[in-house]
Amino acid sequence: MWFTELLILAFEQETDVSTIEAEKQPTSQSPFREALRAFRQSWAGMLGLIILIAIALFSFVGPMVYGVDPFEIVWAPLTAPGEVATVPLGTDQLGRDMLAGLIHGGASTLFVGLTAGFLTVTIGILVGSMSGYYGGAVDEALMRLTEFFQVLPALLFAMVLVTIFPPSILIISIAIGIVSWPATARLTRAEFMRIRNLEYVNAARSIGAKNNRIIWRVILPNSLAPLIVSATLTIGIAILFEAGLSFLGLGDPNVFSWGMMIGAGREYILDAWWTISLPGFMIFLTVLGFSLVGDGLNDAFNPKLRER
Amino acid sequence: MNIFMLVVRRFLHAFLLILAVLVLNFLLIHIAPGDPAEVIAGEMGGATEEMLADIRKSYGLDQPVYVQLATYLGKTLTGDLGQSFFYNAPVLDLVLDRVGATILLVVTALIFAIVVGTLLGVLASHNPKGIVSGLVTLVSVVGYSAPIFWTGMLLVIMFAWLVPVFPISGMFDITLSDDFWTRTIDIAHHLVLPALTLGIVYLAQYARLARASMLEILGSDYIRTARSKGVSELSIYTRHALRNAILPVVTIAGLQFGSVVSGAVLVETVFSWPGLGTLAFDSLLARDFPTILGILFFSSLLVIVANLVTDVVYRIVDPRIRTGN
Repeated sequence: MWFTELLILAFEQETDVSTIEAEKQPTSQSPFREALRAFRQSWAGMLGLIILIAIALFSFVGPMVYGVDPFEIVWAPLTAPGEVATVPLGTDQLGRDMLAGLIHGGASTLFVGLTAGFLTVTIGILVGSMSGYYGGAVDEALMRLTEFFQVLPALLFAMVLVTIFPPSILIISIAIGIVSWPATARLTRAEFMRIRNLEYVNAARSIGAKNNRIIWRVILPNSLAPLIVSATLTIGIAILFEAGLSFLGLGDPNVFSWGMMIGAGREYILDAWWTISLPGFMIFLTVLGFSLVGDGLNDAFNPKLRER
Repeated sequence: MNIFMLVVRRFLHAFLLILAVLVLNFLLIHIAPGDPAEVIAGEMGGATEEMLADIRKSYGLDQPVYVQLATYLGKTLTGDLGQSFFYNAPVLDLVLDRVGATILLVVTALIFAIVVGTLLGVLASHNPKGIVSGLVTLVSVVGYSAPIFWTGMLLVIMFAWLVPVFPISGMFDITLSDDFWTRTIDIAHHLVLPALTLGIVYLAQYARLARASMLEILGSDYIRTARSKGVSELSIYTRHALRNAILPVVTIAGLQFGSVVSGAVLVETVFSWPGLGTLAFDSLLARDFPTILGILFFSSLLVIVANLVTDVVYRIVDPRIRTGN
C-alpha cells in the first residue's frame, strides 16, 4: 500500500550506504525492512492503519472543510440525523451540530490517548527496566509497588484523582497514566530478565560498559518490539479510559471530546440514540484502529508467528 | 515450602497490601486542596463549624502527621470508615449495603465469560482456520475496542425498543411479591443485560487465550501419547487438554478482577444497578469524599481477597505449582 511504500522509500534514502552494501549480499535484510514487509502483508495491520489515517484526516482536515462551530447552537435540540439537510448528523441536547462535535472531538480524544499512552509506557519502562535489570531487592520493592497499583481498581482511583484536581484534559491524561502502567512494567521486566544474561550483554559488560549504558543502549533497543506492540494497545486503552471518565461526567467540560459528548447525551439515550451512539462509534473505531495496528506489528515483529 | 506456610505468607502479603491502600487513602485526603477536615466533611455536606471541630478532634488533625496516620489506620481497621455527611450515614453501612450487588454482578459476569469463553476457545482450537476461529478473533477484537458503556447502551436501546424481554434498569421490581423464589428469579432476570455487557469484554479475551493454550497443548507429547494409545478424541479434549487449557484462563481472570470491578462501575451506571459503582457515581457528583474513599478501599479489598483466593486455590489445584518453585 502507498503508505508503507512511502516509509520504505524514506528509509532507503536515509541509509544509502547500507543499501548498496546489502546489494552484495542479497539474502540479508535489515530487521526493520523485514518487519515492514511483514506488516504490509498483515491485513489487520493495514486495515488498522487505514482506519487511523482516516480518523486523523477527519479530525485535523475536517475542521477546515466543515466550518461549523461545535459550541454554536444551530438548530432545535435533539434533531435526528437526516431530518434537516443543514445538520446531516442531527443535533445534541442543546441543539449543537453533531457532525461538528464529532470532527472537533477527535483531536482532544487523540491528545488524551497519546499523552496518557506515552506516560504509561514511560513509567512502565522505567519501573520494569530497573526491576528486571537489577533484580534482588530493587526488583522485590518495585514489584510490590506494581502489585499495589494492580490491586487498585484503576477507574475508581482515577475518578478520585480527577475529583481532587480540576478536570483538565492534561490532569485526566496524567491520572490515566498513573493508574495504567503496571502491565507495561511487567512486560518490560520480563524482557529485561530474558535479555540481561545473553552473550551480547555480557560482551558489552566485559568491555566496560556501565549499567546505564547497558540498560538504555543495549537491552532496551532489543526489547522494543513487544513494547511497541503494547504501546499501541495502551493508547487504545487510554482512549477507552478517557471515554469512561467522561461518560461519568468527569471529563473536561470546556473541551469538546467524544467522551464528553457521550457524557452529555447520557440522559437522552432513549429519546435520541445518536447523541451517544455516534461518538461511541468514533471511539470504537479509533481503538479498533490502534488494536489492529498492534496486531499487525505483533505479526511483523514476531518471526515465529510470521511463518504460520 | 509447604502449603500451610505459603498460605500464611500470602495472607500476610494481602494484609500489607490492605495497609498500603489505607495509607494511599490517607495521602489522598491530605493532597486534596483545602482543609482536610472540610475534605472529610465533603463540600456538599454543608458542615457547620461545630462539625468541622468535631472531625478535627476525632481524626486528631491537630496532631503530628504520623499520629494522624495511626489514628486513621486504627479507625479504619476497626470498621470505622467515617461518616457520610451527604447520606447522613456511616460509610461502612452505605458500602456494605451495596457491595453484595456488585459482587453478584462481577462474579456472574466472570463465570459467564470464563465458561463461554473457554468453550468458544476449545471449539476454535478444533479447527484453527475455521469459522468459529475467525468468529472468536472478530468478537475479541470488537469486544476489546468497544467502550463498555457504549455496548451497554446499545443493548439498552435494543432491548428497550426492539425486543423488550429483559428489564434495562435496576435490580428488582418492587411491585412483585417478597417471596424468595419470585425475588430470586426477578433479580436473575434483571441481571442478564448488565452481566452480559460486562462479560462480553472478557469473554472475547478468554476465548482467545483458551484457543492459544489449547493449540499449544494439543501439539504436546502427552496428547500424542494419549492419541497413540487410542484415547477417544472427545476424551482427549475434555479430560486431557481442557484441564490444562483452563488454568491460564482462571489465572488471568483472577488477576483481572480489579479491571472487572472498574468495568462494573460503568455498567452499573448504565443499568442503574444498585452497587458500589452507582454509589461512587452519586457520591462523586455530591463530592462526598469519605464515601468515595470508602468505596476505593472496599473495592481494593475485594480485589485483594479475589487474588488471594485465586492464588491459593490455584496452588492447591495444580500439582506442578504446589511442588515446584
